[in-house]
Amino acid sequence: MYHVAYFLDQLINGVTLGAIYGLVAIGYTMVYGIIGMINFAHGEIFMIASFVSLIVFLLLGLAGGVWLPLAILIVLLAAMLFTAVYGWTLERVAYRRLRASPRLAALITAIGMSIFLQNYVQLLQGARNKPLPPQITGGVEVVNTTNQAGQAYAVSLSYLQMLIIVLTIVLMVVFTVLITRTALGRAQRACEQDRSMAALLGINVDRTIALTFVMGASLAAVAGLIFMLRYGATDFFVGFLTGLKAFTAAVLGGIGSLPGAMLGGLLIGLIEVFFAGYFNLEYKDVATFTVLVLVLIFRPTGLLGKPDIEKV
Amino acid sequence: MAVNIPPADRKGVLIELGGTALVVFALTVSLVGFHIKDISGGITLDLRFVDVASAVAIAIVVRGWLILMRHGHYRIVTVSAAAVAVLLIVSLLFGGAGVQTWLPFKAKLLQWLLAILSAGFAVGSAVRMAREGRPAGSAQDGAVPDEQAALMDRVSAQVQRNALWIGAILFLAAAVFPFMPGVNLQYLDIAVLVLTYIMLGWGLNIVVGLAGLLDLGYVAFYAVGAYSFALFASPDSPLLQDLGWTEGVSFWLCLPFAGLMAALAGVALGFPVLRLRGDYLAIVTLGFGEMIRVTLLNFYSLTKGPDGISNIPPPSLLGYSTQSKMDEETLENTTEFHTAMGWEFDQADTTILLYFVILAMALATNFFTVRVRKLPVGRAWEALREDEIACRSLGINPTNTKLTAFGFGAMFGGFAGSFFATRQTFVSPESFTFIESAVILAIVVLGGFGSQIGVVVAAFLLIGLPEIFRELQEYRMLFFGGSMVLIMLWRPAGLLAHREPTIRMHGRRARASTGSGG
Repeated sequence: MYHVAYFLDQLINGVTLGAIYGLVAIGYTMVYGIIGMINFAHGEIFMIASFVSLIVFLLLGLAGGVWLPLAILIVLLAAMLFTAVYGWTLERVAYRRLRASPRLAALITAIGMSIFLQNYVQLLQGARNKPLPPQITGGVEVVNTTNQAGQAYAVSLSYLQMLIIVLTIVLMVVFTVLITRTALGRAQRACEQDRSMAALLGINVDRTIALTFVMGASLAAVAGLIFMLRYGATDFFVGFLTGLKAFTAAVLGGIGSLPGAMLGGLLIGLIEVFFAGYFNLEYKDVATFTVLVLVLIFRPTGLLGKPDIEKV
Repeated sequence: MAVNIPPADRKGVLIELGGTALVVFALTVSLVGFHIKDISGGITLDLRFVDVASAVAIAIVVRGWLILMRHGHYRIVTVSAAAVAVLLIVSLLFGGAGVQTWLPFKAKLLQWLLAILSAGFAVGSAVRMAREGRPAGSAQDGAVPDEQAALMDRVSAQVQRNALWIGAILFLAAAVFPFMPGVNLQYLDIAVLVLTYIMLGWGLNIVVGLAGLLDLGYVAFYAVGAYSFALFASPDSPLLQDLGWTEGVSFWLCLPFAGLMAALAGVALGFPVLRLRGDYLAIVTLGFGEMIRVTLLNFYSLTKGPDGISNIPPPSLLGYSTQSKMDEETLENTTEFHTAMGWEFDQADTTILLYFVILAMALATNFFTVRVRKLPVGRAWEALREDEIACRSLGINPTNTKLTAFGFGAMFGGFAGSFFATRQTFVSPESFTFIESAVILAIVVLGGFGSQIGVVVAAFLLIGLPEIFRELQEYRMLFFGGSMVLIMLWRPAGLLAHREPTIRMHGRRARASTGSGG
């Protein structure tokens, strides 16, 4: 019974971690799909979102007790809004002029932006870790058992984890509708296939690409808020490893594919948590990248990616 | 001097200014406007709205200048920008009594930046005004950047044509540098650092510039090289103690070994992943770099984890140790070079030795690259970079060819790594983070892919300048990232990018005919 409980515990943790990776991965995959570049600074956007959420939480705390669900809604909207502005500016300032340039140029700019944003936040907010007291407490006990040593071992699904899972599912549904049913989504898919043809047919390509960055940044903002609530602390460097793993997730799921990004995120989250839980905590990142290498060797287009045909 | 903007444009100008103000406000209000402050038992917020307001004001002024310049009001821009610049510079130079005291942001550096920005506007708009004064000069906005780009292209082409001369002059300058008057230990240290990065840049250039493989994990090979030397040379190394050796292996013996280990690591990594396409390769190499770092951090019994390995000896010279007798225990039965020569021990002499060691190593890397480009394998690398499918149909094995490039690049990274270890006398995983890979790659790309002199220029810009401007302190990395972005926006193909085929078949005519036939 203990083993089942332990497994369940890891599963719940893995899914919530995977939700964060998945939401960030969507930003990578969308940008890669539409302009074919690795937006290296996307992890920093996630980091900025975590800071914005922390600031708004503190503000609401100073303003006096706001009903918790309302407070979370306000933080969510504020984080999405302010982070989206960062996403938009990033594209406008650093990437738009390089669209026709060699791919490496855009990659170097992205790495430069990533270094810039990290140090910008470090200068403004200091290098120390910023804690947030737990906002959502309590949960539902799922299993109650004893471990090998005879101590009580309870697995519970906390309200926070429920919120994370529900929030992620709702966002995925909204997002899927946005991409498949609206004019904006159609424009995005058209730009993905052929930008100059889309422009000839009257699609404002610049605007569509800018909106892609805005959408990617908003989803990263949700991930940043979840991260803040779940792990209760942030600093200027959290974006790097999260961004790296989220990109790994996007590649694992098949870059360019939105369901793939979410699936990849879930898998990376589960692999990380299970490896740490069953084998070795220190080497969990090594495990993640090993899985990535294996997938790329045996299925180079990722799990849900379409094989790309090389034309001569 | 009246501002004359067509009525039809006025609304647009207002929207533009308002939009800029709004965006800058939204960017700054959260992170600049509130400072999360640690207090006992928790955190609280500090308000900094004055900074937000001044950021918005500066953005509006700058945008206003840009709009005015677009409408041809160069005189207003020149006068007002020059006034701002002069006011700021005068008050910055002559103590705190001037304008700069009532500027809301107190950081001197930001004030200098603002002064330089306004000066730049003043000069730029004065130049445009002068240009417009000429009768034939059409005042089209695109004209000036194009001219600049063409100028840089000409410079690049000239540099490449005269590479031999420039190389010889640079070499002579480098050879006499340590003996120049006024060169102190600090400058020598910076020079050694710059040369290390030049060598790393040249090594990575084999992979990125010649073979066209995007490697974001080059630091892994640097780390392998550094640790292969540190583990065999330092008396503190756990490996040495396990083997029961009392004395470390000399730098010169270890150097080829470190290169070999790094090359093996390169081949071992490259073998499974080199069939991947560009971006996937980039992310896998990045992951590999992180894997090496995590392993170094956690394999405590071999690498002493985060504590690192210290006491790595400097390179010996003609069989004599070049250390001072600091550590009596290990040095009691060795003769030092300075004793053998009857000199006083001087730290600067050790640094000069290191300087010439890294200079020789860097030149060897360069020599290898220049020569290998003329060999079949070098030609195959460049051909692969241009068109992989064509290469495959001509019978070149892409994976093996890439593997050789990867292995050679890694080997030079390993050499540089063991030099790093001997220079620092201490290695720890902290020195081998992703940012190092990014810096090395930035040097290669900013210099202009495949351009050897470009690497030198970029290494000076990215490593030398920030080291000299140590006063920038905490702003250093901010400027580093910012200048990476600005240089790329200005010259997307790299500073000295100028690509001509290394060889031509039957001169220019053949190239022209294949070009039209394709």
